[in-house]
Amino acid sequence: MKEKPFGYRKSHSEPGPGDGGRTGSWRVKRPVIDLEKCIPAKRNKPACFTCWVFCPDNVISRTIPPVIDYQYCKGCEICAEECPADAITMVDETIFIKE
Amino acid sequence: MHIIESGNVAAAHGVKLARAQVIAAYPITPQTPLTEKLSEFVEAGEMKAQYIPVESEHSALSVCIAASSTGARAFTATSANGLLYMVEQLHWAAGARLPIVMCVVNRGIGAPWTVWNDHQDAMSQRDAGWIQIYCADHQQIIDTVIQAYYLAETVSIPVMVCYDGYILSHTYMPFELTDPEKIDAFLPPYKPAYALDPANPANLNTVTLPDIRPDIRGQMAPGYMEIRHDLHVDLRRAIDVTADIDKKFSVAFGRGGNPFLEPYRCDDAEFVAVCLGSLSYHLRDVVDALRKEGIAVGVAGVRLYRPFPDQAVINLLVGRKAAIVFEKALSYGNQGALYGDIKAALYPCADRPLVHNYILGLGGREIQTAHLLDSLRTSCRTPDAIGDKPVWLGLKM
Ligand code: SF4
Ligand code: SF4
Repeated sequence: MKEKPFGYRKSHSEPGPGDGGRTGSWRVKRPVIDLEKCIPAKRNKPACFTCWVFCPDNVISRTIPPVIDYQYCKGCEICAEECPADAITMVDETIFIKE
Repeated sequence: MHIIESGNVAAAHGVKLARAQVIAAYPITPQTPLTEKLSEFVEAGEMKAQYIPVESEHSALSVCIAASSTGARAFTATSANGLLYMVEQLHWAAGARLPIVMCVVNRGIGAPWTVWNDHQDAMSQRDAGWIQIYCADHQQIIDTVIQAYYLAETVSIPVMVCYDGYILSHTYMPFELTDPEKIDAFLPPYKPAYALDPANPANLNTVTLPDIRPDIRGQMAPGYMEIRHDLHVDLRRAIDVTADIDKKFSVAFGRGGNPFLEPYRCDDAEFVAVCLGSLSYHLRDVVDALRKEGIAVGVAGVRLYRPFPDQAVINLLVGRKAAIVFEKALSYGNQGALYGDIKAALYPCADRPLVHNYILGLGGREIQTAHLLDSLRTSCRTPDAIGDKPVWLGLKM
């Protein structure tokens, strides 16, 4: 067997979804956007996107309407806290598991 | 060309000949003249390097970590409490597999405050994952610094080049200053397998989960334990690499030949004294004196301390009556660290010698030849009477 090169494995990671694992499994509560209240959705204009700015995991899209990627949303609740329109509610994950 | 200069200046010349590209260091006694000399070299344009003044040792090593991550050859140096102040980054540099070279000009650590020589500073960091090599004279300092880059860059592990404060750092001795062209032919430029590149952004050594994980391409990436296992395995493999580099160096320059332990009058010795650093040359006089008394004794200076060259220790010591370990440091509450390592290496051998341990010279306490002579003679004459615990030499109260 050929010997492995020295230090060939490093703990380097490239920026991109999922390098920290499927962090969606950490979630206890799920942020759900109410499109009746969400500013860009309501006005059909690229406005606000405060949640997109604040999400530490960069899992909210800058689209109309904003979409949350639940594979990686860890449920930290920052988006819900920051949303100026109170459009995001945190819903217990158990409800979705039952579904 | 031979010049007569201090050990610190010898180290500075080694760094210059190795063409280090980034130097960051914070002055601390007895390392200061080394960094002063390097800043002179850079200021005078004799060295094409960035000399980055920093406000602390922690920052000094952080700068070297950053520089090395971009593929630059980085150097720092420190002593004693300065080394302790960079401990966090010390472990980081090893885990990140960066081939930084650092001179540790050995000095005792406080409290109580001391500026004099012993080995407790480097010894306290033996488990940091760095390679540690000890020098016994000025020629070894300059030669080891150059080889250290070769070794570090081959195995992707940082190297500490340790030499005794004052005893070597501030005394003057002649040493050979090899032609830069010859060093260039010996030491290839640093070509890292991976270097930071703004065109291909990456996170280096971010939180690494306990378990392995798929990366963004869906390939399994190692977890913390795999990364750390690699470091250990590569450190063990670095033993052979150290020997290869030493061989290349002695072919090119006619110096070296003892990469692990440097024996003196050991061929027929029944007793072998073992120690780190310049003390082994001091002990050569003691060995000569005891030989005149008819005692078959030799001395071996340990050059490579981490990774520990177990097999070389076994080859040298098995079959002797006793190995006598003189140490300027100890694992407090237990025993001399080198003593423990040597006993562990010899344990599987049926024909293992007795092992004695003398602790001496802490905080610069004068090491008197008479003390060495008396203790080594006692160990050789009555080897069964010494016992398995450290004996302190030179205590006055
Ligand atoms: S912060 Fe609230 S209102 Fe603004 S885009 Fe996000 S969900 Fe909509
Ligand atoms: S801010 Fe937190 S809760 Fe909201 S989407 Fe991002 S990760 Fe999920």
